[in-house]
Amino acid sequence: MSLSVALSHRFAGFALQVEFTAEAGVTALFGPSGSGKTSVINAVAGLLQPDRGRIIRDGQILLDTEGGTNLPPQRRQIGYVFQEARLFPHLTVRQNLLYGRWFAARTESAAFDRVVQMLDVAPLLTRRPGALSGGERQRVAIGRALLANPQILLMDEPLAALDGARKAEILPYIEQLRAETRIPILYVSHSVSEITRLANRVVLLSEGRVLRTGTVAEVFSDPNVVTAVGLRDAGSVLTARIAGQDDDGLTRLETAAGPIWLPRIAGATGALVRVRIAAQEVILARHRPEGLSALNILPGTVTALRLGQGPGAIVQLRVGDDLLLARLTHRSVVALELSVGCPVYAVLKSVAVAPGDIGAGSQAPS
Amino acid sequence: MAEWFSPDEWRAVALSLRVSLWATGLSLPFGVLVAHLLARRVFWGKQVLNGLVHLPLILPPVVTGYLLLLTFGRNGVIGHYLEAWFGVVLAFRWTGAVLASAVMAFPLMVRAIRLSIEAVDPKLEQAAATLGAAPVWVFLTVSLPLILPGIIVGAVLAFAKAMGEFGATITFVSNIPGQTQTLPSAIYSFLQVPGGDPQALRLVLVSVVVAMAALVLSEWASKAVARRISGA
Repeated sequence: MSLSVALSHRFAGFALQVEFTAEAGVTALFGPSGSGKTSVINAVAGLLQPDRGRIIRDGQILLDTEGGTNLPPQRRQIGYVFQEARLFPHLTVRQNLLYGRWFAARTESAAFDRVVQMLDVAPLLTRRPGALSGGERQRVAIGRALLANPQILLMDEPLAALDGARKAEILPYIEQLRAETRIPILYVSHSVSEITRLANRVVLLSEGRVLRTGTVAEVFSDPNVVTAVGLRDAGSVLTARIAGQDDDGLTRLETAAGPIWLPRIAGATGALVRVRIAAQEVILARHRPEGLSALNILPGTVTALRLGQGPGAIVQLRVGDDLLLARLTHRSVVALELSVGCPVYAVLKSVAVAPGDIGAGSQAPS
Repeated sequence: MAEWFSPDEWRAVALSLRVSLWATGLSLPFGVLVAHLLARRVFWGKQVLNGLVHLPLILPPVVTGYLLLLTFGRNGVIGHYLEAWFGVVLAFRWTGAVLASAVMAFPLMVRAIRLSIEAVDPKLEQAAATLGAAPVWVFLTVSLPLILPGIIVGAVLAFAKAMGEFGATITFVSNIPGQTQTLPSAIYSFLQVPGGDPQALRLVLVSVVVAMAALVLSEWASKAVARRISGA
């Protein structure tokens, strides 16, 4: 299962030119608003016809402007979960879920029961979309897309219209989906925390171009993407294993860089979690600091330095096998005499955890 | 009910009902098509089509009737061939009254349906396409059910307009009792003869009752449909 996308399109005042591939698992299209994310998946869906492009899924040509192929949306075998659910208001939940089956005879009826169970929509089947909450609507929309028996699943900020509690309600379903399907999922988002939690790979878009592709850890530890990600959101993502629950309420996590302790997080010992360490939450020291309240201090080596236009600077350092980003001032870089190769200690002021097992396959999808 | 009316009156009422039903039924598919073109499509000559559709609303009805006579009369541009090829004659027949009232009612029908089409979110139609529905299925399973209230309102407006259509009809098909004398033509005729007022008044009452019934029915039907599709 693979999808390769290459396209270019000119909008008024905006040019889109992207090229990437996606395998089974979640490929996040990430970037600030207006970077062209939605246009890209609309082109994959056939809702936008680009000026030039080639979109191939498992050898089947969906679009080839040179060769004159352009399958209409209904023949592309896609499932599309829109930001605003877009359920059919005149049909019941059951009819909405089964809508795609009228046209894709391949769906077996066992699939219906499985999807209904997975998304917990059984109590909603006889209702109409007008009587559903935002979170319920989005679950039905996910089910409807899945039951069309898609070969690619497209999700355009499916959580953006929901509040925090509703987001938390939907995320586990998407995680389960990632674990259970073998098809590529293109997931559009501008939320770093969603992507940290869900994505296997990231395609970082900026102003209509692909700035960087790679695993979540690779992309977010690259000091060159900080501007595109945004200073507040910049930060690296590490994979950690829950090593144990201490008596004083802290959870010990093993990372490739060494142990870190966090206020209790749920999860069995041995489970994998992703932790996100924002660049602005990291302090650097040349010597192991003493008499400091911070629990999590990791030794590392500076691997890259990037001075910004203003007073800021981004330092990338290797801690164990992982890469961390730290955001300092230019003045501190000079004062600490930091340069590539310098040994340093990273003091982590806070660490965000994306709960849930991301699975072994999430590391490097083949 | 028949004994309340003289045979002439009764024939006029029956003819008007028949003409209006045919006019509404026959023009409805075209009304949906034209409303769809005007609401959704961009094409050369769109404003010309829009103008043509709305012309009968603005022109004096007698002018529309005369234009119909020029086009669909036995010697008219189209009427000549209709008779030569299909043996169909419209002028001075009840079928011509159907054409005249359909043309006069068409703008009202198109306006109502067009408004309802514009209210349908095209994003729903896109969603249907991504689920595998070809355009004709998108129309039948998503667009059509959602615009049904508009179609009902458009059809009832057209029916009521056809019931009341006078100027174009009398010009195109004249006022022949039992053949082309519709309800309004009959009222007009009774008013022309001394002592015809009571008969005219009876028919006026029929007009009012039919129009009211149509409006109430359409209101009720479109509300029921709207409730069904609003998803509550």
